[in-house]
Amino acid sequence: MGEGLFCCLEVRNMSKSWDEINERIAAGEAVVVTAEEFAVIAQEDGVSSAAAKVDVVTTGTFGPMCSSGAFLNFGHADPPLRMSEILLNDVPASGGWAAVDTYLGGTEWSRGRGMEYGGAHVIEDLLAGKAIRLQARSPGTDCYPRLEIDTWVTLEDLNQAYLFNPRNAYQNYAVAVNSSDRTLYTYMGSLLPHLGNATFCSAGALSPLLNDPEYRTIGVGTRCFVAGAPGYVAWQGTQHNPNQERDGNGVPVAPAGTLAVIADLKQASPEYFSAATFAGYGVSSFVGIGIPIPVLDEDLAAQLALTDADITATIFDYGVGHRSRPSLGRVSYAELYSGEIEVEGERVRTGPISSTETARRIADEVKRWVSEGRWTLVEPLEPLPGAGGPSFKPLEIKTEEAI
Amino acid sequence: MALRRLDLTFPPLQATKPITYHLVKDFGLTPNILRAQIQPGQQGRMLVEVTGAKAAIDKGIRFLEHEGVLVGAAASDIVLDEEQCVTCGLCTSVCRPEALTLTDDTRELRFDKDQCVYCEACVIACPRRAITLEF
Ligand code: SF4
Ligand code: SF4
Repeated sequence: MGEGLFCCLEVRNMSKSWDEINERIAAGEAVVVTAEEFAVIAQEDGVSSAAAKVDVVTTGTFGPMCSSGAFLNFGHADPPLRMSEILLNDVPASGGWAAVDTYLGGTEWSRGRGMEYGGAHVIEDLLAGKAIRLQARSPGTDCYPRLEIDTWVTLEDLNQAYLFNPRNAYQNYAVAVNSSDRTLYTYMGSLLPHLGNATFCSAGALSPLLNDPEYRTIGVGTRCFVAGAPGYVAWQGTQHNPNQERDGNGVPVAPAGTLAVIADLKQASPEYFSAATFAGYGVSSFVGIGIPIPVLDEDLAAQLALTDADITATIFDYGVGHRSRPSLGRVSYAELYSGEIEVEGERVRTGPISSTETARRIADEVKRWVSEGRWTLVEPLEPLPGAGGPSFKPLEIKTEEAI
Repeated sequence: MALRRLDLTFPPLQATKPITYHLVKDFGLTPNILRAQIQPGQQGRMLVEVTGAKAAIDKGIRFLEHEGVLVGAAASDIVLDEEQCVTCGLCTSVCRPEALTLTDDTRELRFDKDQCVYCEACVIACPRRAITLEF
């Protein structure tokens, strides 16, 4: 009797273990589909049957992710120097590391060309195989007597080169509009006055963290496609905010979780990493991120089956120059992608900043990696902080006396 | 009333201001300068939309030619470099005449040059510098 009941529950609430799914991947039997394909299967056959049928759902996103950059090691010159001031194609890189290590931040501007060429452009040029001019200065010490160097390096010449992006793959983002009477030049693009346009930046139903909104499968150690290279989720991203307001499906309605990711730059591709200059704002990097998600049970399947019509984002007025901008309502990604939304009773033209076309290619690529057994899935070594965990705190301006 | 989009090339020493003044004053035309690239002492280009009676436009053009201005039909001077484009779609939000749009299904960038009014908004907005206006 008891057993019968158990059996019954099993049928109604199917679940699969990570090991079972990995065995199927190893045997070449796993059913792997993209998040968009999964939504179609779930619509046609129902979530239960889709959950039973499909083992892995792949996701992808390709948008500007400002907090990106790379660690580089140049090797020692003879005589050696401790690089304390470093320029790569005229873009300053950090000299605050060991002798010939540096971190090149993607948003750094070049000294001569300003925001038209920055750290992200150097990384893109390295990926394209171009030689980069390295100029460095050293204070000169007993162990590092050399005072300066001026040479050229390629990605191949470097000992280690790895992307370490402290904040990528934002789980949802804002819809930006501008109610003021002048054009604003922002990281969300040109925002035309008097609600002249609206921009938004998320892969919506294809986006990694929107498919696993409660971080059940994505955590520290998760395998992750980073700019074309196989990489890992290293940590929660900076400004990770699990306590953002969520809808009935558990999906945040505004910027929430983020990921810090790491991957070998030498295996990355310029197809999935593109430098960007936002007029009047600065430099950023389009980074391609993709994550495979195991279909562990029907609850997760229901979230994986959500479409652009089910996922919403909050409209914020960037015309208000304060930290907390007023919300002007919520719209679905299906509405945003229709090219027009309604804000304050007015029709407003919309435009994305994140490429669906590339996000789809990434989800397909990850699908291929898993289907071919190139990737098995790893259970997170540690989960990301979930709802109820620490929230993202603002920076208060204090005087020394107040401390 | 007719509307013509003209591509004007000025000889290095021709002043441009009196020319638009004469178009208004002597021929009753309404010139709308879409784009101008004029530097003192150099050959200049101006993209101008002229509205007025058809006969007056023809007369205006003859006047311009008499003044040494080369008058051509405005060419498609806007170039989209597909190699640089990452299909982000950002340009579509600033293009009022909807010359730049994303296709519904594949969400690829579609550029309908005929709709373009050379306002330059996309040139400024594109984070990849993939769109250029060329004279
Ligand atoms: S903004 Fe530039 S990169 Fe983006 S779709 Fe338009 S042309 Fe392409
Ligand atoms: S120049 Fe203006 S009208 Fe022409 S494509 Fe660009 S934004 Fe559209």
